Amino acid sequence: MMQPNKTAASRSFKEQLRLDEWRERARKLWTELRPGGEGNPPRERSSSSFWVMVQKEIGDHLSSWRFGILMGIIVLACIGSIYSAVSAIRSGGSSASGGAGDTFLFLKMYTLTSSALAVPSFSTFLSWLGPLIGITLGFDAVNSERNKGTLGRLLSQPIYRDDFIKAKFVSALVIIAVVVFSLGLLVMGLGLFTIGYPPTPEEFARILIFLLIAVVYIGFWLCLSILFSIRFRQAATSALSSIAIWLFFTIFYGMIINMIDSATAVSQMAAPDAQLRQMNLVLTLNRLSPTELFSETISTMLSPGVRALGPLTMDQLVGAIASPLSLGQSLLLIWPQLTGLLAATMICFGLSYVLFMRQEVRSRA
Amino acid sequence: MVTETGMTPTPSAAGERPVIELVQLTKKYGEATAVDHLNLSIARGEIFGLLGPNGAGKTTTILMMLGLTEPTSGQARICGFDPTREALKVKRKVGYLPDDVGFYEDRTALDNLVYTARLNGVSEQEALQRAKALLEKTGLADNAGKKVGAFSRGMRQRLGLADVLIKNPEVIILDEPTLGIDPEGVRELLALISSLSRDEKLTVLLSSHHLHQVQQICDRVGLFVQGKLIACGDIRTLSKQLDADGNVYIEVGAKGWTEELARNISGIEGVRDIRYPQQGDDELERGVTATVVCERDLTAQIAEAVIQKDAELVYIRRKEYGLDDIYHRYFEKRGES
Repeated sequence: MMQPNKTAASRSFKEQLRLDEWRERARKLWTELRPGGEGNPPRERSSSSFWVMVQKEIGDHLSSWRFGILMGIIVLACIGSIYSAVSAIRSGGSSASGGAGDTFLFLKMYTLTSSALAVPSFSTFLSWLGPLIGITLGFDAVNSERNKGTLGRLLSQPIYRDDFIKAKFVSALVIIAVVVFSLGLLVMGLGLFTIGYPPTPEEFARILIFLLIAVVYIGFWLCLSILFSIRFRQAATSALSSIAIWLFFTIFYGMIINMIDSATAVSQMAAPDAQLRQMNLVLTLNRLSPTELFSETISTMLSPGVRALGPLTMDQLVGAIASPLSLGQSLLLIWPQLTGLLAATMICFGLSYVLFMRQEVRSRA
Repeated sequence: MVTETGMTPTPSAAGERPVIELVQLTKKYGEATAVDHLNLSIARGEIFGLLGPNGAGKTTTILMMLGLTEPTSGQARICGFDPTREALKVKRKVGYLPDDVGFYEDRTALDNLVYTARLNGVSEQEALQRAKALLEKTGLADNAGKKVGAFSRGMRQRLGLADVLIKNPEVIILDEPTLGIDPEGVRELLALISSLSRDEKLTVLLSSHHLHQVQQICDRVGLFVQGKLIACGDIRTLSKQLDADGNVYIEVGAKGWTEELARNISGIEGVRDIRYPQQGDDELERGVTATVVCERDLTAQIAEAVIQKDAELVYIRRKEYGLDDIYHRYFEKRGES
């Protein structure tokens, strides 16, 4: 179409007219075809409006101040952790990693820290700051719209009510995925650059799975903060509640478990059965915390040497070959934890969904 | 016509189906009844004013019409659709301006409008065109690129109107559109609404507690108190209902009012009574000396009598009931019963 159009300038006017004729005919054909091709117009329209909402939400997030500030902090932390990891690998990496660990040098970029610098590793940073990203993106998702009076206006448009809450979730999750993956791949790139040692395909796969799990974990905190943003009318209340829960799980929960552990402790001389039961109890309590689930999954994913997440008896170790687990086996090991994380996320989302669908839309009530 | 139950008659031709039809609509919040067996129908192209004090259930009624709240019992039909079952179809045809409309403050007016249009399934190009045309129409064209955060209350309200119109609705519902706008702004907004209704054959339902503002543009009004529609009809009909005793009230303001003059006026055939305003009545402030109760309109005769007695006639007016009076009278009546 483009080529004849260009040459048409030199040709006669009549020929140009014919071109227009053709164009007209094509347009007619198009309009005739369209209604048939649309199939199910109402649903289609609503799904397109869903993506319009997602698009707008992402734009809002990206242009907001808090997102910029948070990104600044995270990028700084990320660079710090890379520097620390690289210097640790350079200084003592070769001597420290004698046997099995050496084969997964690249994964060390994510877990190793230099003892001299006292900067946490990338994975630690992610498990610390990840929840903060989730909370920041979600804590005022619904109540700010309600307080600004945009919720009533929005819901009087022909959109499904659940599309609104889904769009809020999806847009924030897209942002989280982009942030986590770009940071993770950035670490990978910088690692390549500085240590000049390429990752094996398995290492690459492990890193991608690790990043994916991080997205799920941050998604949990996002869902929780969205739930609070529906429940509480004030953005400050919902932000504080989310942060309180985050602090509880990262700091106090461990203390409480320790207290329970010491209170119910059995003596060293007790039967192995009783000791095992005690250990399992503490472990189960620990695993109620999503933070614990996440740290178990990432340590398994990033250190293939981890063979079990609970106590192992000597019986079980008999005949085991001291080698790192394969990717499939590592995945199998963390499958329950991963399922737990996903379930917690789904429960939070389900609760917020139900709560939102039942809530009355009143302007700034 | 003071109906609490039963259908409200519509002035339009009987053949066409009303655009808005509420039948025995009820909403209860626990024990409290917000809307009580409401019956109402509004014809195409009509401007209907839903009047009532705060907390009368106006907003609840509107939310039920849009399917944003489910009625406890009863039914609403908007453009032939049931809002609880086919909310999307209703929302596609109805534009709703909430009483406290909010916009995305850090977006421009144009962005906000385009977003609404896009949510209605309009293509980006078309949305931009419509938004620009509507900003022109509502007098906001110069502020199209400004962030809404910098808008004044009146500008927001006009933007809200543009936002409602961008989906090409058949019905627009405005909840307290004049709230918090200065008198000139109210006048402009109401003029805009009535011209839009006329030009585009829009059905307009607006709720308000500012009676005299709404009075100017409404074809019909409904008085809504404690979840009940206590009266419905055009303003003339409503005021006729109040004049049930058949008397005509004429307010006279005169300098040099004497007993003799009063006697003379009483002597005119058809005059029943002369009432004097009490201390503190607003009639006194308006300069009314006396209100003459007559069987028929005797304005001319009374004026003549005043002038004959060498008193200065400052003011004479046949009293007509505005919505304010209607409103008060209905409350009085309710208080008595």
